[in-house]
Amino acid sequence: MTRTPWEWTKLIGFYALVVVIVVISIFPFYYAILTSFKSGTAIFEINYFPVDFSVQNYITVMTGRNFVRSVINSVYISGFTVLLALFLAVTASYALSRVRFRGRSLLLITILGVSMFPQIAVLAGLFELIRFLGIYNTPWAMVLSYTIFTLPFTVWVLTTFMRDLPIEIEEAAIIDGATPWNIITKVFMPLLWPALVTTGLLAFIGAWNEFLFALTFTISETQRTVPVAIALLSGASEQEIPWGPIMAASVIVTVPLVILVLIFQRKIVAGLTAGGVKG
Amino acid sequence: MFDFSKELDLEAQRRRAAFYFLAPMIIALFCVAAWPLLRTIYFSFTDTSLTNLYGGEWIGFDNYLQRRELSSGRVIWRGTLVDPAWWNAVWNTVRFSVISVFFETVFGLGIALVLNAEFRGRGWVRAAILIPWAIPTIVSAKMWAWMLNDQFGIINDILVRIGILERGIAWTASIDTAMTAVLIVDIWKTTPFMALLCLAGLQMIPRDIYEAAKIDGVHPLKVFWKITLPLVRPALMVAVIFRMLDALRIFDLIYVLTPNSKATKTMSVISRENLIDFDKFAYGSAQSTLLFAIIAIFVSLYIWLGKVNLSGEGNQ
Repeated sequence: MTRTPWEWTKLIGFYALVVVIVVISIFPFYYAILTSFKSGTAIFEINYFPVDFSVQNYITVMTGRNFVRSVINSVYISGFTVLLALFLAVTASYALSRVRFRGRSLLLITILGVSMFPQIAVLAGLFELIRFLGIYNTPWAMVLSYTIFTLPFTVWVLTTFMRDLPIEIEEAAIIDGATPWNIITKVFMPLLWPALVTTGLLAFIGAWNEFLFALTFTISETQRTVPVAIALLSGASEQEIPWGPIMAASVIVTVPLVILVLIFQRKIVAGLTAGGVKG
Repeated sequence: MFDFSKELDLEAQRRRAAFYFLAPMIIALFCVAAWPLLRTIYFSFTDTSLTNLYGGEWIGFDNYLQRRELSSGRVIWRGTLVDPAWWNAVWNTVRFSVISVFFETVFGLGIALVLNAEFRGRGWVRAAILIPWAIPTIVSAKMWAWMLNDQFGIINDILVRIGILERGIAWTASIDTAMTAVLIVDIWKTTPFMALLCLAGLQMIPRDIYEAAKIDGVHPLKVFWKITLPLVRPALMVAVIFRMLDALRIFDLIYVLTPNSKATKTMSVISRENLIDFDKFAYGSAQSTLLFAIIAIFVSLYIWLGKVNLSGEGNQ
């Protein structure tokens, strides 16, 4: 196949653009990894390619302060938040997607509205509620407050997923005399597993990354979640920012997410765009 | 064969079940969203303090605007609405949201067009652009803070090497560049999301339209303006509103990347500062109530003017 010079220029230009997109996307993460493996003063020399391989920063992070504790807190909080949201969302989305009732559209819009809420607007009220319930500075404060964004999101996505399931399978079950509860557990759940995994994963990432509530509702270092721990990671003195350990901590909490995202790539894209582009 | 009254019965049974299915979710959302929101609005009309949440008294609109006449006869105004720090935060938020969403939309659409073309390694490129999205905001703020470091940052090094800068600048600390730094990080982090939404919109455009245009010899730029853009517009409108709402409430990136910088402090940052750090709980509540009102008005206008169908109903 022969190409004219103009076609060659277009082709090269196109691939150059692709390369620029890829490099800009992954460079900061690459550079964080590179920095995290530098030791001591080597960190203050600017290198574009790996020159050093020292795990010193990783040892500092894993043994120092309460970083491991923060990771455990984050896993626990995010996991519990997701289970709670999925549990409440499955039945609700069945009702929202398969049963016709008055005010359904209004309810859907309200749920969407809650997910777009500025979180600062509920901060004062939530602070009072959390103090009232006596769960300030405990993981439950986060589990409760994260529901404000995980629940609307899971309901929304599961509703769009369920709306696309064919009506016939449900009709058959109704004629057989199945109750709505049986329809959900016996007919829909087996079909919903992929959707549940996707929404669960996205909600997990949302909870894992949350910062404002976690910063406000915890006071002691042992109760911090990972983002708060990284944001407040400090060195021996005020001025000295421990860049090496910060980069190591960043890599530790990001690598699992990146791997998960790459594995579930297709599903995540489907989940993110569900509802978003249907209008 | 099919008893009509029994069918009605079934519908009623399903509706009743739907009510029970919805109740837990509605109660949960009421507790974590509606109730705290109402309490925040209530606090904004009191003089409640952080240390004494139940000791506040009703003071009307004083947190918003208060007229006070001094004994000398001079009138002074106080409250959020005449607070220069608040208006500075409003300006920062609006500036940040408009600029970041504009660039994210342009770049997102560009990347989506690239990914919509068929080429080898497309899956890998899509995977690569998901990485900024997957990295927690706090982590990306720290990564970029390090890359934008004035002395040891690689960005300054690159810019000095290729001769754009004479010497490194303090991106995050300097008043002039702090907002640029925040914008760079936000655009880097959120363009992938925009690109994916645009891509999903692009993929819904039937391919034969393009083939017809190709046969008719329509210029590619004209194809973009006359076919692609109008057809992708509904998806784009929804994506833009999602992003805009996210941008208007930004907190974490700014809090970590440029702490205490007057040039980047947004409405969320200043509200939290007053609520928690400065023990002006009621005053902070008034500011967060205003932010909520601004966002609510913006959403209503956008949906009304743009005729955006957010619910996706009646569209199947």
